Amino acid sequence: MSHAAVATHDHDHDHKPKGFVKRWLMTTNHKDIGTLYLIFALTMFIFGGALAMIIRLELFQPGLQFVQPDFFNQLTTMHALIMVFGAVMPAFVGFANWMIPIMIGAPDMALPRMNNWSFWILPFAFTMLASTFFMDGGAPAAGWTLYPPLVLQGGQNLAYAVFAIHMLGISSIMGAINVIATIMNMRAPNMGYLKMPLFVWTWLITAFLLIAVMPVFAGAVTMLLTDHYFGTSFFNAAGGGDPVLFQHIFWFFGHPEVYIMILPSFGIFSEIIPTFARKPLFGYVSMVYASAAIAFLSFIVWAHHMFSVGMPFGGELYFMYATMLISIPTGVKVFNWVSTMWKGAMTFETPMLWAIAFVILFTIGGFSGLMMAIAPVDFQYHDTYFIVAHFHYVLVSGSVFAIIAGVYYWIPKWTGNMYSERLGKIHFWWSAISINVLFFPQHFLGLAGMPRRIPDYSTQFAEFNMWSSIGGFAFGLAQIFFIIIVIRTIKGKGTTKATDRVWEGAKGLEWFIPSPAPHHTFQDGEAVKDEQLAHVSTH
Amino acid sequence: MNKTVLKTALAAVLMFGFAFALIPLYNTFCEITGLNGKTSGQVAEDILITQTVDENRVITIQFDASVNSKLNWEFRPTEFEMQVIPGKLYKTEFYAKNLSNSEITGRATYSVTPRVASLYFNKTECFCFTEQTLKAHEEVIMPVTFIIDSKLTEDINLMTLSYTFYKLES
Repeated sequence: MSHAAVATHDHDHDHKPKGFVKRWLMTTNHKDIGTLYLIFALTMFIFGGALAMIIRLELFQPGLQFVQPDFFNQLTTMHALIMVFGAVMPAFVGFANWMIPIMIGAPDMALPRMNNWSFWILPFAFTMLASTFFMDGGAPAAGWTLYPPLVLQGGQNLAYAVFAIHMLGISSIMGAINVIATIMNMRAPNMGYLKMPLFVWTWLITAFLLIAVMPVFAGAVTMLLTDHYFGTSFFNAAGGGDPVLFQHIFWFFGHPEVYIMILPSFGIFSEIIPTFARKPLFGYVSMVYASAAIAFLSFIVWAHHMFSVGMPFGGELYFMYATMLISIPTGVKVFNWVSTMWKGAMTFETPMLWAIAFVILFTIGGFSGLMMAIAPVDFQYHDTYFIVAHFHYVLVSGSVFAIIAGVYYWIPKWTGNMYSERLGKIHFWWSAISINVLFFPQHFLGLAGMPRRIPDYSTQFAEFNMWSSIGGFAFGLAQIFFIIIVIRTIKGKGTTKATDRVWEGAKGLEWFIPSPAPHHTFQDGEAVKDEQLAHVSTH
Repeated sequence: MNKTVLKTALAAVLMFGFAFALIPLYNTFCEITGLNGKTSGQVAEDILITQTVDENRVITIQFDASVNSKLNWEFRPTEFEMQVIPGKLYKTEFYAKNLSNSEITGRATYSVTPRVASLYFNKTECFCFTEQTLKAHEEVIMPVTFIIDSKLTEDINLMTLSYTFYKLES
């Protein structure tokens, strides 16, 4: 790298491999792989976002203006698949790679070569998935839930979609194994389990969820594949199979999957809020137990996604109550975040603004989820825009906000440059307002009966859809602005040098290494000191 | 560390198998609970011994038949409704005809509504899931004999037995 960088950080003699192929393609360095994951996720976020922009463009007015219904269905399906598996999940794996070894004082991930594989599978998987847009019959169009028999009637894209899912499943499982092996075996001396940062804890739990459910999803899509090409009848009523069975298997994966996407964001915010409230996290141990409880409950509530398939009353009651139970550990978490802020010496730097917006907006999303948990009324909300509003409130203002907040929080550590606080705040307010213009009216649309996944709608929905589209375009544009901020920060334009500690009084091992983080850290295996840690449990 | 990796990798493989294990689990679960309208296939006539017949209780059984659009057959029940007394053996017939000019094999699936009633619907002879080959324009009469279990709950006095014929793709 440049001599200037070496001159300003003379302690930073890091032996980075030279040349693109050696540095990036063959890298086994957890920080470089983390960077690759984050860049990949950002690329997919833009791609998936572009698809969403076309969706909002078509829905700007009633009637068909820009795309045909079949292509519209491809858009909604691919938007979801790409955002879930291409943007949110890889972004969190990127954070895990960058931060977990640093946070627990490990020199690298436990299995660095496998780590390289986990990443480099992804671009191929998504090239394969995206290539279906150019095939006869187009991309998968049966929704990201891939319900048969519809998904089996959509042409040859199924094979591509299934293999892409297999590959990214393998990638996720390898990533999860790596995270577990790292956390369980490579913690520095004196880094006990109950001293670990919450981001590490939530990722440990997420990794177990991934190992438990990604293979189930792989199995389900394999059955779709053999039903389509090899004459099996897993989901084919004609051969004695049952299409509803697919929904059970899918949601046995699908519900833990939504917690796979939210638990790491709980972790990120549990790091950010104490830093800017200048208080230790309230109820650290209860946060750990609440995360584990959420993970456990996620396995026993799946059928609340399918109340309307026809279920006996006993089943509906059970799944309704079990689902409502989740609001208890989630409520514990929200309570703890608010209590952490209570009487804290708060300052409102950009990461903290995102965190506060998250606590409020995620709670709105949680409450609309609770509404849908009520089986008798779910029949009205099912497959309407109400569910679209719900899962975007939890996924965008939950997971995506966490990713953005995490980038602002740690990018000074990653690049050594402090991002522009002014631009960051503009980005925040721009996004926080537009996201509500985008998704809040969709609650009303759903309650009024507008179904999801349709390109055209009745005229009484016109006004809210127009608002929603305007909000959508504004939110999309704000994220382009975010990319500009990130690039400026990396290049050091309009930025200041970051200090090692970055945030006043910040705790956690990452703030006790230089900024930018050297290529290799924690090589010596020294014991960590309690006073460096954010959470020193009294237990 | 090798131990951790081995254990987690093994867990992943087992969970892949679990996805497939869910199918027999699901079917067994549905048969035991009667969810999904699945009845437990064919039963022996011995079941008659265990029945306590109440001549005053009469319930209505409706028969329904449909053909998947890919199968060029005519398929209908010979009688649409039947009054039965729980605990007694009854017989009805379904009629099928191949309308095409070639030999076709079909297979029927069935369900009982209301779903919980499927637990009490015992077929002693039926054509569920058996492959039925009909030559061009061949007709066939297919019998179904059944006993409605006398333990049928009081609130049910109407049941529908529905068959759908699908073309068997080779």
